[in-house]
Amino acid sequence: MIEIKHITKHFGKLKALDNLDLTLEKGQCIALIGPNGCGKTTLIKSILGMVLPEKGDIIFNGQNIKNNNEYRKHIGYMPQIGRYPENMTIGQVMEMIKGIRNSNEVLDNELYEQFGIGKMLHKKMRTLSGGTTQKVSATLTFMFRPEVLILDEPTAGLDPVAAEILKAKIMAAKKAGCLILITSHLLSELEGIVSQVIFIQEGQLILHKNTTELKRDTGKDTIAQSIVHLLKAQTV
Amino acid sequence: MIRILKYVALDILKTKIVIAYTIMLALFSWSAFSLEDNAAKGLVTVLNIVLLTVPLVSVLFATIYVYNSTEFIELLLSHPVKRSMIWKALFTGLSLSMTVAYIVGIGIPLLIFTDPGTALIMIISGSLLSVIFVAIAFLASILTRDKAKGIGISIMLWLYFALLFDGLVLFLFFQFSDYPIEKPIVILSALSPVDLCRILMLLRLDVSAMMGYTGAIFQHFFGNNWGLLLSFTLLTLWVVVPFYFSLRKFNKRDL
Repeated sequence: MIEIKHITKHFGKLKALDNLDLTLEKGQCIALIGPNGCGKTTLIKSILGMVLPEKGDIIFNGQNIKNNNEYRKHIGYMPQIGRYPENMTIGQVMEMIKGIRNSNEVLDNELYEQFGIGKMLHKKMRTLSGGTTQKVSATLTFMFRPEVLILDEPTAGLDPVAAEILKAKIMAAKKAGCLILITSHLLSELEGIVSQVIFIQEGQLILHKNTTELKRDTGKDTIAQSIVHLLKAQTV
Repeated sequence: MIRILKYVALDILKTKIVIAYTIMLALFSWSAFSLEDNAAKGLVTVLNIVLLTVPLVSVLFATIYVYNSTEFIELLLSHPVKRSMIWKALFTGLSLSMTVAYIVGIGIPLLIFTDPGTALIMIISGSLLSVIFVAIAFLASILTRDKAKGIGISIMLWLYFALLFDGLVLFLFFQFSDYPIEKPIVILSALSPVDLCRILMLLRLDVSAMMGYTGAIFQHFFGNNWGLLLSFTLLTLWVVVPFYFSLRKFNKRDL
């Protein structure tokens, strides 16, 4: 569904992505992991067209995303830190995104109701706590029933109840056949959700495997243990 | 584009700065026309106010607004919206609001106190001046990510165009007065939109004594109609060129 072909990106002297090559398939739930500053967010932003790689192409459903914006209709993106116009209220932001998306599909209001967003519509974005901002981001991400979900640290900052609601929603999306790309540092959280693991280090792809394969190869029971095992093996 | 423009326009209205600016311009122009005994004198006073304040407010407000829209731009970019559309909508929204403020604040008293021809030229050139400085603000704010630096660049550009430029031309003229430098001076004056506007207005008013040095030479070279046409063309270029470069840079920027 998404093909990433040899993309390279520098920020000044820092090499954020180094000739990265990946294929992401439909129906998979993929964990994107790696140390801080390894290029995860840069990769995600490249897929969204926010960061423009110097070399390489990204193909979405057979279309090159360069100078294209229609493909973003199919993507729901939840940023690590949602940044919204400070003077707008939650209600205004929601209305604006609906107006801009202008989709005639029936909206998915499940998270809207479960998070109780309806009661906070008049609150200004500036006054929201980190967790509430994340709830708004999550609601907007799932609202338009996208085929591809890109979630950057989705549960960071959410309270346990909200995190469970979101996880259930992610599971449901996976069952519905969406492609889901999640980054997270809490490997234990990803257990049971993800079907593939991508490990990136210093902008390079270290590993891209099915979780079952990964566990078998390393002889461990959980993803977290397998990754730690691999990392240790590397440093030795 | 229209959809994004709607939200930009609503947001600008909410800040109330534009409304305050309109009231300030109206106060200036009404009092200038009522205090002077003849309309021509009042007009020159208004002209001087316009040439100083309109560029300053346009450039500052637009620069700050663009920096404050970073979140708005980021939010829209993850949705199916064309990148250049966001930038164009911001530009159109800001230009429109500055122009409307100018027309309401200065245009209405102009139409009441002066003859329609003069009022029309003054309205058009003032509106162009507003849009030009919005375009310059867009260029300044895309050059650096640092808000303080961006605002600094904007103020420096305003200072240069509004105050320093005419002095610089005069200085050059005195330094090289032994040589035939009228033509280079005419070309030089096209390098400042504020001077162009001044020339445009004063060619119409026929008060060359108040034109500043560049204006006097301009009139000598172009006569009235030619001067008008050329100045309007140059002013339009002053909108298109800075905005085009800012748009090109915005399209290639990482967000």
